[in-house]
Amino acid sequence: MASVTMTVNGKTVTATIDPRTLLSSFLREHLRLTGTHVGCDTSQCGACVVHVDGRAIKSCTALAVSLDGAHVTTIEGLASDGHLHPMQEAFREHHGLQCGFCTPGMIMSAVDIVNRKGAMLDEHTIREELEGNICRCTGYHNIVKAVAAGAQAMAATKVAAE
Amino acid sequence: MSATGIGAPVRRTEDFRFITGKGQYTDDINRAGQAHAYFLRSPHAHADIVKIDTSKAKAMDGVIAILTGDDLAADKIGGLICGWMIHNKDGSPMRAGGHPALAQGKVRYVGDHVAVIIAETYQQAKDAAEAVDVTYKTLPAAADIDSALKKGAPVIHDVAPDNTVFNWHLGDKAATDAAFAKAKHVTKLDLINNRLVPNPMEPRAAVGDFDAGTGVFTLYTTSQNPHVARLVLSAFIGIAPEHKLRVIAPDVGGGFGSKIFIYAEETVCVWAAKKVGRPVKWTSDRTEAFLSDAHGRDHVTHAEMALDDKGRILGLRVNTKANLGAYLSTFSSSVPTYLYAPLLSGQYNIPAIYCEVDAVYTNTAPVDAYRGAGRPEATFVIERLVEVAARERGEDPALFRRKNFVTQFPHQTPVIMAYDVGNYSASLDKAMDMADVKNFGKRKKESERHGKLRGLGYSAYIEACGIAPSQAVGSLGAGVGLWESAEVRVNPVGTVEVLTGSHSHGQGHETTFAQLVSDRLGIPLDQVSIVHGDTDKVQFGMGTYGSRSGAVGMSAIAQAIDKVIAKGKKVAAYALEASEGDIDFKDGRFSVKGTDKSLAFGEVALQAYIAHKFSGQQLEPGLKETAFYDPTNFTFPAGVHICEVEIDPDTGVTRIDRWTAVDDFGVVINPMIVEGQVHGGIAQGVGQALLEGAHYNKDGQLVTASYMDYTMPRADDLPSFAVGMTSTPCPSNPLGIKGCGEAGAIAAPPAVINAITDALGHENISMPATPQRVWQAVQQSQRKLAAE
Ligand code: FES
Ligand code: FES
Repeated sequence: MASVTMTVNGKTVTATIDPRTLLSSFLREHLRLTGTHVGCDTSQCGACVVHVDGRAIKSCTALAVSLDGAHVTTIEGLASDGHLHPMQEAFREHHGLQCGFCTPGMIMSAVDIVNRKGAMLDEHTIREELEGNICRCTGYHNIVKAVAAGAQAMAATKVAAE
Repeated sequence: MSATGIGAPVRRTEDFRFITGKGQYTDDINRAGQAHAYFLRSPHAHADIVKIDTSKAKAMDGVIAILTGDDLAADKIGGLICGWMIHNKDGSPMRAGGHPALAQGKVRYVGDHVAVIIAETYQQAKDAAEAVDVTYKTLPAAADIDSALKKGAPVIHDVAPDNTVFNWHLGDKAATDAAFAKAKHVTKLDLINNRLVPNPMEPRAAVGDFDAGTGVFTLYTTSQNPHVARLVLSAFIGIAPEHKLRVIAPDVGGGFGSKIFIYAEETVCVWAAKKVGRPVKWTSDRTEAFLSDAHGRDHVTHAEMALDDKGRILGLRVNTKANLGAYLSTFSSSVPTYLYAPLLSGQYNIPAIYCEVDAVYTNTAPVDAYRGAGRPEATFVIERLVEVAARERGEDPALFRRKNFVTQFPHQTPVIMAYDVGNYSASLDKAMDMADVKNFGKRKKESERHGKLRGLGYSAYIEACGIAPSQAVGSLGAGVGLWESAEVRVNPVGTVEVLTGSHSHGQGHETTFAQLVSDRLGIPLDQVSIVHGDTDKVQFGMGTYGSRSGAVGMSAIAQAIDKVIAKGKKVAAYALEASEGDIDFKDGRFSVKGTDKSLAFGEVALQAYIAHKFSGQQLEPGLKETAFYDPTNFTFPAGVHICEVEIDPDTGVTRIDRWTAVDDFGVVINPMIVEGQVHGGIAQGVGQALLEGAHYNKDGQLVTASYMDYTMPRADDLPSFAVGMTSTPCPSNPLGIKGCGEAGAIAAPPAVINAITDALGHENISMPATPQRVWQAVQQSQRKLAAE
């Protein structure tokens, strides 16, 4: 067993865990943050994407013990002060989800894409950047629209805040 | 149209929980004291089990129990069933081999269930599984249709010594032979409908629980139809009588057919919960999903079309071999038969059709319904045939189709179906317009200038949805009726709960069903909640598949609403001191004709519950009505999809340049959701046509058992889609709905392949049309050109 301490959605958590515990299992089973999903066992589907120190990673591919001291944000931590994140709003507004299983990972990846690539995203870029997230329901059409709109909304909120 | 009523693109009410990570999927559910199950699966495609030695594994840390087929048998737990009886040509019943939830003496495919290990943690169960010592005597395997039908092939089930489940046929053979005898031209095609793995993103999962105090079992499970699961687990498998078994299907992360079926793992979890005295949880990993979820398609077909000298279709002859895998899954026998052959007439006037289907056992995972189920296979046959027939005659494929379209309704096909309504030319016109077909030649030239090949392909599909009239399916062998139930509960304050037997796993019922209620009762959307997926709450239901929840499920709700309004009028009559016949209900108010006396819906609800104004006797207090709706016919959504591809001859990569879909779904409740269903369906159909293929090697090992090997469509494999609609309201249900869930998956594969073959100039390509296959086909085109 090993001890790990990290900040998850702004709260510090410490736990003693089996060293082979993946971050995805740590979040889901130890912290009961079940918004992070597991859709595969080969690091392909992206249902498990969370942010670690501000960058998107596949939580099924990281050992929790390797993230001692890290700041982790999951889908549950994306909204702030009761306000949905603009990307969450965009997914709802543009019908970017059906069964909702891929959605937390999609939204976390989408926010990361905007963080890396800026708000002016063309369709081609969005589709390429979503390579690591599989959705079986939507055919991606509305996800692409949602990401484009969410990116602009993120930029607008930032401007408003400044 | 109100902002939230029928026809409005209302944003989904269920989305809030999904976008905030608050969805409750089966794997998110944990019961106090739960143990974890891991299934030991067969590594062999075909083997006798000589011995299972669990002694070492049982002694390992955390292990609670290891159970095998013998334990199931000792508890008299029955095998899994196939609920649709098909009869052979000679009238004898199909040959269904036994399907124990845990193997008894023999394993028949890689992934077959040998034992379950239950431990304190999942890891402990998994570790212990490796210590279970199974002695197998391996047998030769038959991993595909040809090997299973070969003389001397290994026998998979003793009841079927030739590995044939059934030899079935439909249609008039003599009339079809006569049509071919007088044909001026016959088009022939050999087609493979590739095997697919459904792959909903949420893997299957189950939590079984047993309350020793009440004797009630509870199963939380990833099901599209929890009541059917309860019925089968009770009446056939024998877990417990229905009133002692509760099945809950909470949020379910996609199904596409694969979560209709009653599988071994769910059965074992609920049974084992009593056996070990602890809740038992199992969650599939993706590899297990590939190995043991029911697969889809897998047909080999030879088809012929007879034409007269004017290019009119005279007849159709189809011979199909369908791989059903190692066991008959819950509805597998219906897929290559009654969900397939009755759709072979497509949108066309075809006087004579004869179809023969041989269903075959192989040492592979069971094959059952996957989005479209039989109808995509039929559409692939007919839409490839008409395209090739047009090309062989040198006719424009659109004109050829139009000439042969059914134009008079109702239309009785020679294969059971009676099309009630449609306007096929309207969809074709609109699609051609939206796809800018008239400038295709220019675009093709432009591609050629860049060294690319461009092709355009049509698919004019029809499907039978709104599944299904109970008497009709009963006469065809279904073991169940396919009606739907609804209960509309009005609370004293006028808010409404609708309990439905439909099950939403991505379709957005919580929104669309509420739109119907809002529309009919004139109350705001947020005063309606939709309850589904729990057999303790909803009395009964047949679940969601076959694009049935709008046409059948919502029709049941509409009928229950009508009863609520009728009773509301009675209550209002007392409350307003008027006669019942003088009460009108409109826009959420009950009013007395010709007066300004009226009460809002909520006020009447309150009157119904306080019952102060009733004279007693005649009227019961309360406001709650139920309805069971059994459709009078299938519904027939139809449309035209046009795919335009550009192929790079150097790499064989096919890029879909534009996709146009025009569908006639009858009345549409929420166009935003309907379009989403179309997008998702197209993506799955394009996946089948270009990317996906489940492949077993000749030893029966599934070599495509992960996302590294099985190509799922990703965002950059697909274009955005142009989606349009036409509408001929369905006369066979009170709402005029036809259903939209499967259309894209049905329409897409032939549209893609017709486009690719148009670009190639020959018909020799099979699905999935991977870059390698397309590249090879381009070489063939170039050889052909050089020879000419
Ligand atoms: S669960 Fe992490 S990528 Fe699939
Ligand atoms: S919404 Fe179901 S997998 Fe994406």
